[in-house]
Parts: sequence; structure tokens; C-alpha cells
Amino acid sequence: MTTTAVATTQPAGARSANVLARTFRAGLSRGWIELGHTFRNSQDLMGYFFPTILLLTVMFFMRNATVPGTDFSLGARTLPSVVGMGIAFSGLINLAQQLLMEREDGTLLRAKATPNGMLGYLVGKIVLVSAMAIINLVLQLVPGLFLFDGFRLATPGAWLTLAWVVVLGLVATLPLGAIVGSLFENPRNFGLVMLPFMGLIATSGIFYPITNFPVWLQWIGQAFPVYWLGLGMRSALLPADLAAVEIGGSWRHWETLGVLSVWAVAGLVVAPFVLRRMARRESGSRVEARRQRVLQQAH
Amino acid sequence: MAEATVLDVTDLRMRYGSSDVLNGVTFQASRGEVLALLGPNGAGKTTTIEILEGFRMRSAGSVRVLGVDPAHGDEAWRARLGVVLQSWRDHGKWRVRELLAHLGSYYAAYSTPTRPRPWNTDELIAAVGLTPHADKRVGQLSGGQRRRLDVAIGIVGRPELLFLDEPTAGFDPQARREFHDLVHHLSDVDDTTILLTTHDLDEAEKLADRILILVDGNIIADGSAESLSRRIATEAEVRWSIDGERFVHATRDATAFVRQLFAEHGDSVTDLEVRRASLEDTYMALVRDVESGRTSPALKEFAR
Repeated sequence: MTTTAVATTQPAGARSANVLARTFRAGLSRGWIELGHTFRNSQDLMGYFFPTILLLTVMFFMRNATVPGTDFSLGARTLPSVVGMGIAFSGLINLAQQLLMEREDGTLLRAKATPNGMLGYLVGKIVLVSAMAIINLVLQLVPGLFLFDGFRLATPGAWLTLAWVVVLGLVATLPLGAIVGSLFENPRNFGLVMLPFMGLIATSGIFYPITNFPVWLQWIGQAFPVYWLGLGMRSALLPADLAAVEIGGSWRHWETLGVLSVWAVAGLVVAPFVLRRMARRESGSRVEARRQRVLQQAH
Repeated sequence: MAEATVLDVTDLRMRYGSSDVLNGVTFQASRGEVLALLGPNGAGKTTTIEILEGFRMRSAGSVRVLGVDPAHGDEAWRARLGVVLQSWRDHGKWRVRELLAHLGSYYAAYSTPTRPRPWNTDELIAAVGLTPHADKRVGQLSGGQRRRLDVAIGIVGRPELLFLDEPTAGFDPQARREFHDLVHHLSDVDDTTILLTTHDLDEAEKLADRILILVDGNIIADGSAESLSRRIATEAEVRWSIDGERFVHATRDATAFVRQLFAEHGDSVTDLEVRRASLEDTYMALVRDVESGRTSPALKEFAR
């Protein structure tokens, strides 16, 4: 016999389906294990609780302000918006940062040296980042619901909207995170991503409605997923009559679905190319070169 | 049975921009053989290994690794390789056993009756001497323990071909000895072919069946440590004592010299030692020759 790994009598198709199933299982368990790690170190725990504390503080100071043109609490409006922004933050920033850091420390090269390791790694990352996003969402939502009145969570429609906005939001932003994380080589250049992202938040109506902004600025905000994630979350959690103060006086579910879907499709088309290119270029000497750069910058 | 030639490299060339890093590297390795690739920093060792691992595209030449061109190796091919690189700092939050069990699971699909994959996690941890640290987080391991883990990950899939890049850097003497035993086990019992780079020439001499010396992108020597020192080194060192007094003499023909010594002094010769030039001497002589541009025709002939 030869040493070819195909040693069973299964047909090739069944075999590759079997390999694929095993790889997905390995990826799922990878994500699950890494999720467990996030509960066991102070840095990750801070990452869970810091945004919640920040959000509650902001809401506390906004408690007497109202949404312009209504007597609804601005703080209560901010909660769903920030939760929506959190989805984009997880999908884009968290994933990109993980990719960058794990390229630098050699995790990706390790995955590359393992059969089907890259696919397993990617599945694991998606599981991990999605799970962290949902944990963050719960941590922000639950205390807010107790502290503020006016949310409508009693209806099944609210939960349904919440679910599809979260899932579609992750599908729209995770590929973007993968692309951004693959394009950057140096984690210290990550400010080039963070600054525009912060600017985007300012034009996406997260902390304050953008209906009074110049129209061109409103268009910029509406071109990106952050605005629609905020809007989708508000539509799920706020009383229906608050739609009146949104652009177009409506929750615009179809538009939300459309814009997020376009981002999802575009990202899913582009991300595999960028990821493959990045993976192809990983090698021991590149990891070593990055290590040397870190050592030099430390001195 | 499997193909006998595991590594087959012919006229491998690599060029970055206008500079040639590899100028026609040619060598083979058979099943179960241990090869040490030696050479000064910048000689092209890392580039060669990365091409063989399939991590880097070559400029020209023919390369077969386990019968496959590494530029087109698929995942089933990848499952038959083990890679231990120099600078891993990954998976710091994982526990040792957890990580080995996880990475091993990717190999299960490629298990064969003759080579069950992956290696049993606890046996593997024992084989690299990490049993007391199996539940530690990877980030808490010492440098030497971390290196043992790297080796464990490299062999978790029971590779047919293993690449080891400076595997014993940071090992204490005992760990080094245990590692050498492990390498012998892998090559003798598991028939694993091993290509290792090291700067420790003593280690190369102990581990390798064959030594390749790479300088300026050329293989300048290819042979066993013994044959290299016999062919290259001219003088052996003879040490002895007479009436408690120590003597040292360098000679081209140690046998004749010792015969003469006994003829003259008979039983009063004690503590006799004949030391052929070490691999280190040979290596230094070879590299110095090449770097000063005085590669003799005889040497070139020997290289091939």
C-alpha cells in the first residue's frame, strides 16, 4: 500500500464530507474552549463588564434628557442603540483584533501547519466572537431593562426582531472584521481602524438622533451597518410610536434587511479571497520578523 | 510499502528581487533518515525548510516532499508532516492537555492502520516529559517546557516527515538528552524522517545520520559526520602521558604515529587518546573556505 492518508474504503465524496464534519466539530469545540478561557482571566472579564458600566454611566447622565420632539428618555433610547453598535463592534473590531494578534503570536501559522486547521480556526473564531457578542448584549440589556421604563419586551415580535437583527448584524460585520484583520500587519496600526469606526459611530445616531444632521452626513451614516444595527435594535425594544422621530418616520425594516444583507453578501464574497491571501503569506520567518519588531519596539 | 525517498530536492532556486538566496540546492532523504541542515545565519536554511513545508513558493527547481510538490500539497499531505518552528508564542491561555487534544483531533480523519493518528494525548505528554505540567496554562510554561510542547504539537499527528527548527534552544542538558532519545525513538520505531536545523554541532553529530552544510545558498557538504571529518579534516590530535607527563601531538596519520609511539616507549605510554577533528572543526574549516572564496575543486566534488 502507499502512505496516502486515504486508507478507508469510503468513496472520496463521503470521505471529504466526513473530514468537513470533523473540522466543523473541531472548530466548534475550539470556539467553546476559547469562550471558557474568556471567563478565567481578568482582561477578558473587564472586556465584558467595562462596556456595561460605561453604558449605564452614560445613561445615568442622560436620564433627564429626552429624545427631541418627545418626552421619551434619551437614556432609554441610547440603550438599544448601543447594544446594536456592540454587535458591529464585536463582529468587526473584536474579530479583526483577534486575527491580528493571533497572526503575530503564531496561532494562525499553527493552524496553517495543521490539516484543515485554518477552517477549524475560522469556525472557532466565529463561534467565539459571536458568543462574546451575545454575552455582551445580555450584560448590557439586562441591567438597563431594570433601570429604565418604556421597553417593550413582552411581545414575541420584539424578540423576533432582536434575533434577526443580531444574527444578520453578525453575518454582515464578521466578514468585514476578517478582511480588516487580514489586511493589517501591525496591531499597533489598529488606530487606523478605530478612529474611522469612532467617527462612524458619531454619524450613526447611536448616542443622539441624526435627523438634525446635514443630509450628506446622514447618508454616510446610513451607508454603513452601524446605523442599521442601532435602528434595528431600537425598533425591537422601543415603543412603536418612537419610530416617528427616525429618518422617514419609520423603523424601515426592509431597508435594514437590505443594507445589512448587501454588506453580508459583499463581505462573504470578498473575505475568502483576503483570508486566503493572508493565510498563504504566513510563514515562520514572517512570524519571527513580527516578533523581532515587537522586541525592538519594546526597547 | 511506502516510497523510500521522502525528500527529493533537485536544483532548488530562490530569488528575492535581484538577490539569489538558494542557488541550486540538491539533496534527498530516505524514510527514517535523520538529516541535520547546518549553516551560518542567512545561508538559506529557513528558506529551504519553508519551501519544503509548503509555506513559501520557490523560484525554480523540482521539489517532492512525500511524493508531492509542496506548492500543491493538500490537507491529506499536510497531515503527514510535522512542523516545529522557532518562534511560537501562541495559545497562551490554553492548557497543555487541552491544546494537544484539540490539535490532535484534526489528524483523526487521516488515521491509517499502520499509523494511527493522533498520538494519545497523555502518552504524548509523557513522551516529551510534560506530565507534571499537563494542566498548566501554556503561557505559564518556562522556555524549555514551551519548547517541549512545541515538539509535542509537531508530532501529535504521528508525522512521516518532521521539520525541527532549532528544537533544543533553551533546553537544559537533561531535557536535551531526553529530546535526543525521543528523536531516536521517532526515527527508529516510527520510521519518521527528520530534517532538523541546529547551531549545536555536537547535537547534529549525535542525532543526524547525514549532515548537509548550506552556505550562501549552496550545499557545500553532504555526508555522515564521520565521513565529513575524515574527508575534510587533515589532522587528528593524539594525547598521551609518560611518567605522569602529558603530551599532545597533531598528525595526519594517527595510526602510524601511535604505532611509532609504542615502539619507542612501550608500556610507559598511558592515558592514550586519539581524537579525530570534531564536526565543529570540520564545519569551521568548510565554512571558512567557502566564505573566503577558496572552495577547492576537491571539495566541490565532494559536495556532490
